[in-house]
Amino acid sequence: MKKRSQKIRNNDSAGYLMSLPYIIYFCLFIGFPLVFSFILIFHKWNIITPMEWVGLRNFVRLFRDIQFFKSIQNTLKFLIIHIPLQITVALLLAVLLNQKIKARGFFRALYFLPVIVSGVVITLLWRQLYAYDTGLLNTLLTHLGFARIPWITEPEWAMPSIAIMATWKNVGLYVVLFLVGLQGIPRYMYEAAEMDGAKAYQQFFYITLPALNSTMVLVIILSTIGGFSLFIEPFVMTGGGPINSTLSAMLYIYNQAFYFGHMGYAATLGFFFAFIVLAVVLIQKKFVERKD
Amino acid sequence: MKRVWTYIFLIVGGIIFAYPFLWMISASFKPEIEIGTIGLWSSDFSLRSYQAVMQKIPIWRALLNSLFVSGCVTLSVIVFGSIVGYALSRLRFFGRDFILGVILFTMVIPFQITLIPMYILMVKFGWVDSYAALIVPGMIGAFGILLFRQFFLDIPQDLVDAARIDGCNDLRILFGIFYPLSKPVIITVGIIAFMGSWNDVLWPLIVIRIRDLMTMPQMVTLFAVGGQAEAQLGAELAAATLLAVPIILVYAFFQRYFIESMATTGLKN
Repeated sequence: MKKRSQKIRNNDSAGYLMSLPYIIYFCLFIGFPLVFSFILIFHKWNIITPMEWVGLRNFVRLFRDIQFFKSIQNTLKFLIIHIPLQITVALLLAVLLNQKIKARGFFRALYFLPVIVSGVVITLLWRQLYAYDTGLLNTLLTHLGFARIPWITEPEWAMPSIAIMATWKNVGLYVVLFLVGLQGIPRYMYEAAEMDGAKAYQQFFYITLPALNSTMVLVIILSTIGGFSLFIEPFVMTGGGPINSTLSAMLYIYNQAFYFGHMGYAATLGFFFAFIVLAVVLIQKKFVERKD
Repeated sequence: MKRVWTYIFLIVGGIIFAYPFLWMISASFKPEIEIGTIGLWSSDFSLRSYQAVMQKIPIWRALLNSLFVSGCVTLSVIVFGSIVGYALSRLRFFGRDFILGVILFTMVIPFQITLIPMYILMVKFGWVDSYAALIVPGMIGAFGILLFRQFFLDIPQDLVDAARIDGCNDLRILFGIFYPLSKPVIITVGIIAFMGSWNDVLWPLIVIRIRDLMTMPQMVTLFAVGGQAEAQLGAELAAATLLAVPIILVYAFFQRYFIESMATTGLKN
């Protein structure tokens, strides 16, 4: 009996010892920042001078901060263009790739290429493609007889342009996720539908789409979280301009913290913004996810 | 007929995804005035743009920094992730499920909450402008632990029991017996950790100000937006090419692993 309890305790200590790296990591880099962010939101602080208690004034300031709400609006605008575009393109490519074709792996690898390359590279590259006078896209348009498009020089175009670029960068990942989903749909469902005379588009809307529901939820949530962290693309492409039309929420928070040194206020913005992210994700989950 | 259209669509798609990269690489060798052209060929290819980059920024130093930082992060995520993953899957101890719950919970915390306090922590530790700030916060990842745990759960208990009778301790079992069986999950965790670290820009921009410690994406970013490129498109594209080529080369050899790894993490989330 004694020996047995001894053995369990040994096992216990091994378990704690081996979990220790995570416990330390959690306390330092998750627990502490969470608690500290809760303290920061009630303070005014530029790191150099001592912290100053300001109560709820950071929140008062936040709710009057037109720029911040503009930046959230910009981010939402990005998401509203980016997500449907991404889902459409990804589904189309995935359905094409799911047929019996040669070189499937090759095409899949090509579409996936922008996913692995740094967003910095992609943005520098697209900045050239989007350039008004010498850009590749406008050169192509003028050759075809169309007018030039002010891709990143006009406020109405700038955010949609970034959304198109982000779609080009990320879509490969979602093609792969949809492909995994498509391969999980049993063939007999299509065979049965064909016997009943269902056309291709009917099969798509009544079999494929419903069967892909869980993939769809995943794709929407992943691209929403990704979209809310939009930062480096506008930082490199436009610096937030023209006229703040591409100022994303993360870029605004970054500027508040590291350009102006408003740590307390930036922490408040981050805190508030994180709740918006969580709320949007939960709402999406509720509306898109179907339980059967 | 339908087959033909499928191929046409797929090939057009392939061109849309691949051509911009080819154009970028070609443009980085073209003279400045030819960069606006759509074609890939120029009669005057040269290394001028690359020389301009190397004169203005210590890009090789940045490459070494990036390799060092991403290497340390990757190695450590694998080692610590597997140790914790082992504890959470093969050992019984009080509070184990609680720790697992905490890990799952941390995955839904948006990083926007912790970003500013993390920076302040780095300031307090005196880690700003040091490798520690780039490496230590990335040394363990929830996803790594969970992937290892999932994989280790399926390893037969007989192997563990046999090793215990031979007097192996847990670390010996993990590194001597589990590791040789775990190549797929080690590769997956390694690729995800490496890519995340290699491509991250926001964090380095926040904690590193000294040029000699900058990572490559950070240095290229600042080169392009900080005015050092002096609106030389060729130099910008050359810097971007230098940043893209290492990962594209690795991808060319291991593309299947890359795609599968990223798909599994997507699905596991």
